[in-house]
Amino acid sequence: MEKNLKEICKDLRCDVLMSIGHLGVGHIGGCLSVVELLAVLYFEAMNIDPRDPKKEGRDRFICSKGHAGPAVYAALANRGYFDRAELLTLNQGGTHLPSHCDMLLTTGIDMTTGSLGQGFSCAVGAALGAKLKGDGATVYTLIGDGESQEGQVWEAAMFASAKGLDNLIAFTDYNKLQIGGTVAEINDIAPLAEKWAAFGWHVIEVEDGNDVDQVSAAVAHAKLGLGSGKPTMVILNTVKGCGVDWIVALGAGNHNANITEAQAQEAIRRIREEA
Amino acid sequence: MEMRAMYAQCLGELMEKDERLVLLDADLSKACGTFPLRKRFPNRIFDCGVAEQNMISIAAGLNSYGFLPWAESFAPFATRRVCDQIAISVCYAKRNVKIVGTDPGIAAELNGGTHMSLEDMGVVRSLPHLVVFEPTDTVQLQAAMPVLHAYEGPVYMRMNRKEFPTVFPAGYAFDLFRADTLREGTNVTIFAIGLMVSEALQAAEVLAAEGISCQVVNPHTIKPIDKETVLAAAHKTGLVVTAENHNVIGGLHSAVLEALSHDPVPVWAVGAEDRFGEVGKLPYLKEALGLNGAHIAATVRTALQNK
Repeated sequence: MEKNLKEICKDLRCDVLMSIGHLGVGHIGGCLSVVELLAVLYFEAMNIDPRDPKKEGRDRFICSKGHAGPAVYAALANRGYFDRAELLTLNQGGTHLPSHCDMLLTTGIDMTTGSLGQGFSCAVGAALGAKLKGDGATVYTLIGDGESQEGQVWEAAMFASAKGLDNLIAFTDYNKLQIGGTVAEINDIAPLAEKWAAFGWHVIEVEDGNDVDQVSAAVAHAKLGLGSGKPTMVILNTVKGCGVDWIVALGAGNHNANITEAQAQEAIRRIREEA
Repeated sequence: MEMRAMYAQCLGELMEKDERLVLLDADLSKACGTFPLRKRFPNRIFDCGVAEQNMISIAAGLNSYGFLPWAESFAPFATRRVCDQIAISVCYAKRNVKIVGTDPGIAAELNGGTHMSLEDMGVVRSLPHLVVFEPTDTVQLQAAMPVLHAYEGPVYMRMNRKEFPTVFPAGYAFDLFRADTLREGTNVTIFAIGLMVSEALQAAEVLAAEGISCQVVNPHTIKPIDKETVLAAAHKTGLVVTAENHNVIGGLHSAVLEALSHDPVPVWAVGAEDRFGEVGKLPYLKEALGLNGAHIAATVRTALQNK
């Protein structure tokens, strides 16, 4: 790989800002918080081939927090699934890049998501499918912390461990914020690691989920659990809006925020200037 | 033979032929008749436990992986409980998942009002891509099962579990998208589905003795309804009665009205009058909700008087 993961994170972060800034509004906070994970998955961890997006036995990534679609599209475009110029069509009528992930529209997207909780169950179904097929694929999936308030997440959590789906590696984007405020004040999901452990999962906690080296190490660690008889949950302690100070400062307001093209360009310039 | 026994027999045959077929249930495979299949196909049947929402989305995920899942539960839990999962994981994502809801409407009998889904068709009928089908008897079910499996898209089948009168002749040719005409007539057309088909045929016999000639048609697929047959049969007699084990809102009655909306004839309804069910055995419930041949015949008489 010519670029290192830190540079890739910058590219993805800038492309998220570019596409949402071009549109003027979007789920900017929860896209920026998962950039490091997407960089590790698409550029390091997953067995995928952008030239053969439907390759048999490929690893899958199902973004259950479907509103992080723009971040996934940035990863796909930078990985070569489609032209980066297409990122500017985000959410325009007739686009292949809708706000929430759609397997029927976007090359490289393996499952439609957006109604929270469902993508996680779909990932569990895909992991079951991979087991039945015996093709050796690993299924990766990402849920939000607010999404973890959905009962369906815990139905799926129970099923995945009961069926020993050890080819499933899940991530929680634990940025502590949801639309109406903090997760803690609205309907607290803590203690999260204990919950997943109680549901029979391996649990790995990442202190800084926006430190790409920590995320990379955690994914490598999670892979050690493949074949162990248990699925793995990696809890990423992240910052919603990470990388752009004024977006972070919006707090819960950055879930779906307005951002002008000029603001986006300024944020991109600053990210590029960083060492 | 019970409907569920035929359903399980057909599923077993399909599973022998097609390794992609996997079966999901939510702790109701005993009730749905498929429990014995678990021994034959131990690696292809998954009990999701009492977690229907997860079951439907898992089915969609399995289909995204190339499997052809069937998912079963009681009708209320296979529809209203999982409406959003059917809408997004299955229909919006165009997943080829077959959903089976057993004991719809008054067939739920002793499980009572909480389990008596008189709204299942209304809940799912407005979801794009979804086919909605109700078999009448074991003959039609047996003919339909391979067709449903071969159909490349999502289907909801509402199916009685127990033994019901056989209406269709052995060897009957089934077309998923073609309504079946069971009796020719000239004064009124009765469109009936599910357990109301045999009731409609009984009503037709009674009315024939009174000199009233009934055409009886079974639009077993409520969505997409066979407009051509519905329009032809409705205009042939100029008067329609619909009969369904469902609320008169949202199911067959609505589908027939929609089909006739540009070229209407009077359409009278026999079904649950926008009410919930209640506990009881089938004869009581048929009487209590007016879901029997006598009520169909009475409705036909009233309709003719008002024509």
